Amino acid sequence: MQGNQAGQTDELVLSVENLHIEFPIYKGAVKALNGVTLQVAAGEIVGLVGESGSGKSVCAMMGMRLIPSDSYRVTRGTIRQSGKDILALSEKEMRAIRGSEVSMIFQEPMTALNPVMKVGKQIINVILQHQSISRAKAREKTLGLLREMYIADPERVFDSYPFELSGGMRQRIMIALAFSCEPKLLIADEPTTALDVTVQKQVLLLLRERARKTGTAILLITHDMAVVSQFCERVYVMYAGAVVEDGLTRDVIKQPRHPYTQGLLAGLPENVKPGTPLKTIGGQVPDLAQLPACCSFMNRCGRKEYICRNVPDLLPLTSDPSHKVACWIVQEEDERNAR
Amino acid sequence: MPDNRLVSLNDVHVHFPVQKNWLGQVKSIAHVLNGIDLHASAGETLGIVGESGCGKSTLAQVLMGLLPPTRGKVSWHTASAKPNIQIVFQDPQSSLDPRLPVWKVITEPIHVQGGHSRAQLRKIAGDLAVQVGLREEYMDRYPHEFSGGQRQRIAIARALAPNPDIIVLDEPTSALDISVQAQILNLLNDLQKARNLSYILISHNVSVIKHMSKRMAVMYLGQIVELGPTAGVLQKPAHPYTELLLEAVPDMTGSFTMNGPVDLPELPGNRHLPRGCFFYDRCRYRDETGCHLAQPLRSLDAEQKIRWVRCYKNIYENSIRAESTETSV
Repeated sequence: MQGNQAGQTDELVLSVENLHIEFPIYKGAVKALNGVTLQVAAGEIVGLVGESGSGKSVCAMMGMRLIPSDSYRVTRGTIRQSGKDILALSEKEMRAIRGSEVSMIFQEPMTALNPVMKVGKQIINVILQHQSISRAKAREKTLGLLREMYIADPERVFDSYPFELSGGMRQRIMIALAFSCEPKLLIADEPTTALDVTVQKQVLLLLRERARKTGTAILLITHDMAVVSQFCERVYVMYAGAVVEDGLTRDVIKQPRHPYTQGLLAGLPENVKPGTPLKTIGGQVPDLAQLPACCSFMNRCGRKEYICRNVPDLLPLTSDPSHKVACWIVQEEDERNAR
Repeated sequence: MPDNRLVSLNDVHVHFPVQKNWLGQVKSIAHVLNGIDLHASAGETLGIVGESGCGKSTLAQVLMGLLPPTRGKVSWHTASAKPNIQIVFQDPQSSLDPRLPVWKVITEPIHVQGGHSRAQLRKIAGDLAVQVGLREEYMDRYPHEFSGGQRQRIAIARALAPNPDIIVLDEPTSALDISVQAQILNLLNDLQKARNLSYILISHNVSVIKHMSKRMAVMYLGQIVELGPTAGVLQKPAHPYTELLLEAVPDMTGSFTMNGPVDLPELPGNRHLPRGCFFYDRCRYRDETGCHLAQPLRSLDAEQKIRWVRCYKNIYENSIRAESTETSV
């Protein structure tokens, strides 16, 4: 498959092709996704970064089709999971996939867990939903899962309600839940944003360890470039509902090519001398309900030219085909330099 | 050292009764602050880092005078002897009154003090708005009509209104996107220079602290475990907890070098304080010779007294890290 530059020709657990999604509102529509193309190969850890409103969470939710189907319209594009077109599946078929083939971790484990059910029972329920084993076996398996999460006393945690546990412990329960049926893909939507750095580190290490053991691919959605830098092999950068840059994490972080990614990284306090002014991106994110028919970053871009009045495609660079950028200027410049 | 201290805290303790029995007698106590010694000087930014539950926000409340210390003393050295301190909260969505137009939100602190006409207040609001980078025309709008970054600007304008000596910034950029964070941090730095403001910046984000503050304190379980110039503390942490914290901060190398133990013990509860060193359970350098004793904050630089650590061994100087780095998953 061309363009899957991780070098893995094997199965793509998630393949989103040119996806356009809009949410109808009074007199118009919010165009949440405007041509998202992304792929996650089996066992791969991929990051998806972007600021609020860039569409990364819509992407995550659509990966499991969790948005009520009457609230959005797919105007173009497909989402495939291991080859299956999930937009064509019925709700019943989708239910069988959720949890067993794809699972998800959310930002706030307290709201994702059922507050009036002991955590052990919640995990057992998921296992029983997807596997035909006895309740006793499921209990056994749950305790095993908790032990694998490095929870010191799994029996106590098994019989606890979510509110009795700390944030880090709750997120471990979510991870145990997510891995309970050894899914092929795990979508993690800001899994560590609500956690302290020391706990964040443990949760990320745990996620990576489990993923390697079960061969699960992870799509990590975050706004934290540093987390991506430490955790993901590849990264997609989103802006105004579209992927603007995609490449190996090292390349994107060290040599960002898209003006937006460059601006974003230049604004991090890590990248300047303490106390000196931080670089900022002028202007504002375009209103997704009135998206202009030009490059969506044009009004904030310092390098805009006449050609930017057309929407650029995400294309591989001539100098490095594993690095893709949706910017006319960068593409042209790169081609010139490569020649 | 020029003594331009604005406020100093002396052995401040805050305890909350959390459980009472049917007679109303206190059954258990949360020890939130356990002996804080700290001062803030004019024109400086003091950074405070620590994990959730370490007492950062309680410290902010004590400074604001919203909470009397159970033990210890907060002394103000300002001219009026009446503290002039303001606060900017993490979430501008919930800290701005949704039913007030922005000019009223901004001038509320001085409106409460009284003595200003409506026209004067509007004028003040307009001036402050311009200073924080908002348009004067927006003054009749309501907070919900603004973006997150703009709302945080409104919160900053409100904090500036009574012309305070100190502003407590309680996680001012945690709810904001990176590009907006950069704008707000720049604004805060510019305002500080223009008005000789002091900031007490509470954050869990080490890179924000590093960027903003010259001096920082690391808190753990209601105590300051390390205090000193930011550059020194970050480069040569002298307390094992600071070291642990800094190791956990992901860097931007893109090298996925993240590793370390997955099964670190959790932060101990504050209901029953440990006898000896508070960090004992999680410390990789612990031993039986001194760690079972309570650790006082001791000075690392005899003459200047700017670098303090609450650990009887100086892990940096003794460079005992090498021998105790354990290899784990």
